[in-house]
Amino acid sequence: MNEQVINMLLEGISDTLYMTLGSVIIGYIIGLPMGIMLYVTGENGLNPKRIIYSSVDFICNIIRSIPFLILLILLIPFTRLVVGKSYGSTATIVPLVICAAPYIARVVETALNEVDTGVIEAAKAMGANNIQIVVKVILLEARTSLISGFTITTGILLGYSAMSGTVGGGGLGDIAVRYGYYRWQTDIMIITVILLIVIFQIIQMIGTKVAIGLDRRKRKGN
Amino acid sequence: MNVIEIKNLTKKYEVEGNTVTALENINLSIEKGDIYGIIGMSGAGKSTLVRSINYLEKPTEGSVLIDGINLSELNRKELRKMRSGIGMIFQGFNLLEQRNVLGNICFPLELMGVSRKEARDKARNLLRLVKLEDKERAYPSQLSGGQKQRVAIARALATNPRILLCDEATSALDPQTTAAILKLLKEINESLGITIVVITHQMSVVTKICGKVAIIDGGKLVESGLVEEIFAQPKSDAAKELISGKNIRYTPIKKLYAQDTIRIVFRNNSAYEPVLANVVLKLGYPINILKADTQNIAGKAVGEMILGLPDDEKAGKEIIAYLRESGLTVTEGLKDE
Repeated sequence: MNEQVINMLLEGISDTLYMTLGSVIIGYIIGLPMGIMLYVTGENGLNPKRIIYSSVDFICNIIRSIPFLILLILLIPFTRLVVGKSYGSTATIVPLVICAAPYIARVVETALNEVDTGVIEAAKAMGANNIQIVVKVILLEARTSLISGFTITTGILLGYSAMSGTVGGGGLGDIAVRYGYYRWQTDIMIITVILLIVIFQIIQMIGTKVAIGLDRRKRKGN
Repeated sequence: MNVIEIKNLTKKYEVEGNTVTALENINLSIEKGDIYGIIGMSGAGKSTLVRSINYLEKPTEGSVLIDGINLSELNRKELRKMRSGIGMIFQGFNLLEQRNVLGNICFPLELMGVSRKEARDKARNLLRLVKLEDKERAYPSQLSGGQKQRVAIARALATNPRILLCDEATSALDPQTTAAILKLLKEINESLGITIVVITHQMSVVTKICGKVAIIDGGKLVESGLVEEIFAQPKSDAAKELISGKNIRYTPIKKLYAQDTIRIVFRNNSAYEPVLANVVLKLGYPINILKADTQNIAGKAVGEMILGLPDDEKAGKEIIAYLRESGLTVTEGLKDE
């Protein structure tokens, strides 16, 4: 394998990581508050607000029901508006974020719903206000589920970032499509697939380690 | 003055278009320093009632007054401040699983904006009170049920509350641990002067620590008063059921069909006097004890005995008169009708 190919693969790895982490971080900046909002305004939430809940819920469902590849194409004008062009790894982050945010909102909502209502009641009885309950009780008590959700989301976005290679998104997926599919260079395609598997494994491993490490529920001994 | 005053409290829920009345026209006064029991079968509405005391449940009608302050007149911020002066412990402990023991006890102080150091000092003092000094770094999952409830008690006391609400606090614990937790509550009541409200379905909890009790049945308060009075002469069916179900099985009067059978009820230390032996010695008549069931309640002996009297009618009358003189409640057997 020549130096040119290695450089290309290294660039692919860094592009893939850039897209994945970029979209997951921006996705959480939008999706986490959305998830908290769903939790708070939900039927059994701290401050049930049916109209807010149904609107956010509806938007989440619509976006999540559009296949990513279609979303990618549909959003081309919007992407061009935001980053100035519709191809390249930065441009790919836009549809990735749009796709990820509602998904993240759901993952967050589900994680928060797992928090024992008794603990919330106890906090209320102690005179906590809703902001204190969200920040000091719910987010902390749900942190293990939140981190597991974060790991799953990152894994999915890694896969989606590869898919965006089909429309010139860059990264390992782009290389796999261009060399492996259009040019019949199976070896390069296999290498990119292996690299994707390795990256996925590393993300999953770190995520699981952090989640278990931060969980105080099953730790034995001091 | 009454610390807690509940007036004409009614709570209704809307469940799928139907209105369910959880509590109906409850009136209750709890004095400072009392340990007040609220007892009822599950579903009787007692949990709703205790949640009305700190307004976790807003009453549909009626009012709750804490130290003369009507909770319905407080805005949200004032209500939260009021709540921080009312501690609460639960059947499920409700500790923060991701915080250690010290963190849990500091939590209500953190909410109030107390400095970290001050909160920790206070928490350590409370850990000594509940005898868990060596567990401050442990997480709830590493503790037993009794230890968890001790942490919950320490947490509830952190804000120096005037009132401590206990919602089935011992229902998830074994009998020995229950006894230890009740003892701790009694000590707290005596040493800190905190008014304690105990919600339970177990009569044994009430008889161990409560001075007064209210019986809730079907959302209504059916009986209330001093524990030993209600125990000796339960008027409502619910009270009779609760007493007989767990401890003393009062013999229904109908069952005392034989003319020569009587029921005597003990109260106010009378079980410590050798009453029956005196009857035999002084009057010289034999007495047959058919059933005896007495119990020590808050220092007073309470319970019943079923006695068989001699066939001689005159002897029976003398015995009954003597027993009444000794301060016992005597119920004569009814004839078959």
